[in-house]
Amino acid sequence: MGSIGSHEVLRLSVNGRSHELLVKPYATLLEILREDLRLTGTKHGCEAGECGACVVLIDGAPQLSCLVLPGQINGSEVTTIEGVTNGSELHPVQQAFMDHGALQCGYCTPGMVLSSVALLESNPAPSREEIKEALSGNLCRCTGYASIIEAVEDAGRSMA
Amino acid sequence: MLRLPRFSYLRPESVAEAVQILSEYGDRARVVAGGTDLVPKMKRGQIEPEVVVGLGHLDELRQIRPTEDGGFEIGACVTLTEVVSNPILRSAYPGYVKAAGLVSSPALRNSGTIGGNLCVDTRCNYYDESYEWRKALGFCMKKDGDICRVAPASATCRAIASSDTAPAAISMNATVVLAGTNGKREVPVASLYQDDGQFYITKAADEILVSLRMPEPGEWKSSYVKVRSRGSIDFPLVGAAAAVRMNGSLVEACRIVITAVGPQPLDVSQAAEPLLGKAIDPAILEEVATDAAKPARPLDNADLSYVWRKRMTRRAIEQAIREAAEVA
Amino acid sequence: MTNVVTETSSDLRVIGKSLPRVDAVGKLIGLTAYADDMELPNTLYCKLLRSHHPHARVLSIDTSAAKALDGVAAVITGEDLPIKYGIMPTSQDEHALENEKVRFVGDPVAAVAAVDEETALAACRLIKVEYEPLEAIESIEHALLAPSDEPIHDYAGPGNIHRMGALEFGDVDQGFENASHIREDVFFYEGNTHLPMEQHSAIATFVGDQLTLWSSTQNPHYVHRALARVFDMPMGHIRVVAAPHGGGFGGKSDPFSHEMAVCKLAMVTGRPVKCTLTREEVFYVHRGRHPVLMWVRTGVSNDGKILAMHFRTALDGGAYGSYGPASMLYTGALQTTTYNIPAYRFEGVRVFTNKAPCGPKRGHGTPQPRFALELHLDKIAEEIGLDPVELRRRNYVKPYTRTINHLRITSCGIEEVTDQVIEASGFLNRKRRLGHGMGFAISSYMCGAGLPIYWNKLPHSECIIQVNRGGVSLYCGATDIGQGSDTVLATVAAEQLGLQPTDIRITSGDTGLTPVDLGSYSSRVTFMAGNAALQAAHEMRNILVEAVAEKMECSPQEVMVGDGKIGELTFEEAATLAQEKLGVLATRGSYAPPPNIGGKFKASGVGPSPAYSYSAAVVDLDADPYSGEIQLNKVWLAHDIGRSINALAVKGQVEGGVYMGLSEAMMEGQLYRHGLHKQPSMLDYKSFTFFEMPEVDTFLVETVDLEGPYGAKEVGQGPLLPVIPAVASAVHDALGVWIDEVPITPDKIMRALDAKAKGREGRYGPKNFPKISYPSIVKVPPFDASSSPF
Repeated sequence: MGSIGSHEVLRLSVNGRSHELLVKPYATLLEILREDLRLTGTKHGCEAGECGACVVLIDGAPQLSCLVLPGQINGSEVTTIEGVTNGSELHPVQQAFMDHGALQCGYCTPGMVLSSVALLESNPAPSREEIKEALSGNLCRCTGYASIIEAVEDAGRSMA
Repeated sequence: MLRLPRFSYLRPESVAEAVQILSEYGDRARVVAGGTDLVPKMKRGQIEPEVVVGLGHLDELRQIRPTEDGGFEIGACVTLTEVVSNPILRSAYPGYVKAAGLVSSPALRNSGTIGGNLCVDTRCNYYDESYEWRKALGFCMKKDGDICRVAPASATCRAIASSDTAPAAISMNATVVLAGTNGKREVPVASLYQDDGQFYITKAADEILVSLRMPEPGEWKSSYVKVRSRGSIDFPLVGAAAAVRMNGSLVEACRIVITAVGPQPLDVSQAAEPLLGKAIDPAILEEVATDAAKPARPLDNADLSYVWRKRMTRRAIEQAIREAAEVA
Repeated sequence: MTNVVTETSSDLRVIGKSLPRVDAVGKLIGLTAYADDMELPNTLYCKLLRSHHPHARVLSIDTSAAKALDGVAAVITGEDLPIKYGIMPTSQDEHALENEKVRFVGDPVAAVAAVDEETALAACRLIKVEYEPLEAIESIEHALLAPSDEPIHDYAGPGNIHRMGALEFGDVDQGFENASHIREDVFFYEGNTHLPMEQHSAIATFVGDQLTLWSSTQNPHYVHRALARVFDMPMGHIRVVAAPHGGGFGGKSDPFSHEMAVCKLAMVTGRPVKCTLTREEVFYVHRGRHPVLMWVRTGVSNDGKILAMHFRTALDGGAYGSYGPASMLYTGALQTTTYNIPAYRFEGVRVFTNKAPCGPKRGHGTPQPRFALELHLDKIAEEIGLDPVELRRRNYVKPYTRTINHLRITSCGIEEVTDQVIEASGFLNRKRRLGHGMGFAISSYMCGAGLPIYWNKLPHSECIIQVNRGGVSLYCGATDIGQGSDTVLATVAAEQLGLQPTDIRITSGDTGLTPVDLGSYSSRVTFMAGNAALQAAHEMRNILVEAVAEKMECSPQEVMVGDGKIGELTFEEAATLAQEKLGVLATRGSYAPPPNIGGKFKASGVGPSPAYSYSAAVVDLDADPYSGEIQLNKVWLAHDIGRSINALAVKGQVEGGVYMGLSEAMMEGQLYRHGLHKQPSMLDYKSFTFFEMPEVDTFLVETVDLEGPYGAKEVGQGPLLPVIPAVASAVHDALGVWIDEVPITPDKIMRALDAKAKGREGRYGPKNFPKISYPSIVKVPPFDASSSPF
């Protein structure tokens, strides 16, 4: 990782596309995604690691992009909500969220979907307790969570 | 959006180079591994380093390996998730692994490291606030001010020890390896902390926590009980770690460490004396837990009333001992 | 989910089905652009400087250093925005930026526009404000005393009293005299906040003489009016667009400082200006649930009939008026829509304090008295040895009646919702063991406020439907804040036109493009905008049917509509046919509530609604007799929805309402200490995670309201209400202690258990109600029955 002035060069693959970005060392991944790459599907609700709205997958694992510094992720692969869809076809998790009414205002949805995708990739048939655990850092104020649990169960079945 | 203040980010090639940077910058530098503690605190202006020294990329800090004495050495930058998903560690140190699995939320544990959790800053709801909020209050001694807001008569800061893994590690007699300008030293985890919420950690400014060394578990069984308002995200309101060595149904040895009831984790194992040589009996357990909870000094600087947290200390101790000894 | 249908719905094609939301895909793929996601060329970023003092006179503001900072485009203060505003006509008490005095920590005093947020924040820190601190008022009791220096506001009063009311219906003294049993109780409900996942955001442009604001608002129409006032501009030169919305719950219902600031800064700089609040600022903007102290006295007969009720409330309003006059009256208005109270006296007061202003949160002013009333009835039932469900049933209102405070009750499923949850939960035959408890409560809520916030004779909701080359566009001012109002409008129109909801293109919440809908508050959108959409769609259907009938040479009655066809033609063919004949195909619908749904006395504007929903809840929990910790096991919630427009969306609103009720019942509290918000973060302000939320069994009762669109009533707010008292009731059932204060936290339960163990009353809650000099009671004459059939 090199630097130019006060900025650093960050090599990052985002949704399968490689980028070489000139970033501020004190800009979090959240800011880089939303402001430098204009991928505004990644939301923010607290910017302090307390709500889960900004979850993205870094090398496949859900992480809070508001806490991640560019210096920590050089060479990583990042998946955002924009990278979950296959062309115009919804991912089974997205489809299940839609079918089960697992979104209302939709603001927690990108983080919720990404946490769910990561869970189902490592555990295609999670129990309700496992779903709750995996999503427990993602807050939602609209749904009451039940429909999200149903959606993840259903998505797991359709991915099997 | 809450944003970070400006700093430079350095990526040393080795621990030795990191130590070198720390000795050069002193208080103006901070190390970062997962960033889950440091980043929000920098955003709120609680910590304002000029230089942030990244450690997470150093392979030497990311190993889990068996030690010669039958234990394990866990590199400081191993993530909490990696510990939780390690079956060997899970069976050898169930209390420690349980504690690691109860830190915050899954996404945070994917970034957060075991070294970071041992060093996690003390917490206080007069301190874990934005710069503007603290300015409105008039600041406190932990940052920019001169008195302790929760205990104005106190000469020291009373922010709360908030590491879940520290009490569990202490209950297993674990040690940490610190690397500094003068080389490496190994110290008990218990000696890493002191009774001062501001200067809560005893390692020198130029020292880096390199690894956690867990001794051979032998017959020790352990557990950790965390009390909090919610099943995720929250820091401990009370934490109790217990390690027990049984001889049949009799307790041969018992260690108890409590946390979040003052500025440092407290080893209250001496209170377990009445249990030794006996079966775990509800009456003795209650006596032990009551005695062990006595040094707990929760104050009005966290969620829920301190009276309740004090009482929950006893409950958490009882529960941790039962779980460790695998009795109902 | 169980559906209880009282009228056949077999001829409906899309109404009542469980279909996905029409806006789901955009939200699921990350494409939907919320206000903070919007980026216009050359945008500047705004930060507000906020007061560090709870109460202080502003002596001077020096912005020179901030203005000189590189990257700063403009700095404004109260001098630049001198005109006050406020949501209620009677409470025009807010300056966008205060330059005379500040009234809470977080009150804005200046705003900066700069090239980025970092620069704007740095500039804010360079602004020097000289304050003269004043005494800070932090509690209701304190606010009721004469101020030691000066009141928080120089209007209203006396002292820090904002608003008072005192009304009596029927003869309350006589009622108490006839009562064989009288009980008094005191309750406290702590304030809490909406905590929307999305932080408020607004972006403005000023081009030529046209001001445009995109904002995460629930009520673009009221923001539109406020901007016209503050900028003294014709409304025709202002356009307010409700951006896709990341959660409201009432918290985005007022016009806000940051909205005014970005507009002014856009005017000053000629560039787009955006302001997105931090989470901490969202706690300061607040407008959430009022803390309310309550005293209630009820007299009942031997057989448990309520003969008289006297209800007193005192609301902590925080620093500004907001919806406060209405909030205060709501704490007294809806007790009568569930129980037949033949004599009812209400006295209420709202005070100003130096805290973030309170306002409307889901249930606006009614969750607090509902909590008090339901627990109070539980206690009466216990004292007179009557089953609490039976006591309630003996007092339930009947459909098509008039309450003592003149409210018109029409469809009413209160008996049915009770039956549903009581039977499904096995409440009456529950097994008794220490630590396990079940609680029951019921409630009612409005389907939209009967009167607008400002007096006018215009419709409350308006809708235009245009059919162009076969495509259907629906325009309505209603704002989808996540509750699904776009889906409701699309479904209503689709049913009329024989299409699918996704065939209808919705344009909503845009004062430049859509006719007015008053906003997403008071659970009014399905009922009112739904009716407007129904009218417009029905008219369009008639146009298409007539065109087809003419071609088919048959009567319009013979033309079937459905499955994408109008008679034998496809929808597109039919539309083309009609357009060839008529040119532009546009229809309109308007809705205003009928007259006579409420009384004619002063303060009768709060409470009337064209219909009321009914909800019943049973909560099942385990409570730890040592720690007071609660494990929620299950909630049964039955809701009289009138008719579901979209069953999936209704279920979502029920589950969301139950969730929000439980979370605030058990852990949420907007607390203060030393004049400062105690926990302005999502970590320290506790709200439920997945782990705390129990299973919810939802039962929908369809009473098919005669005036609702397809018989529909509200669901956005009602299901929250019974949940909170049901939790308290279940805790009492489990441990034998009363927690007469919300939130019901384990430390409070422990205190009550300790008191009980020491032989004292097993209770946690306020000891007494302060002495308040309410105004003299206005005795309202009975409703003039000759003016209305019921």
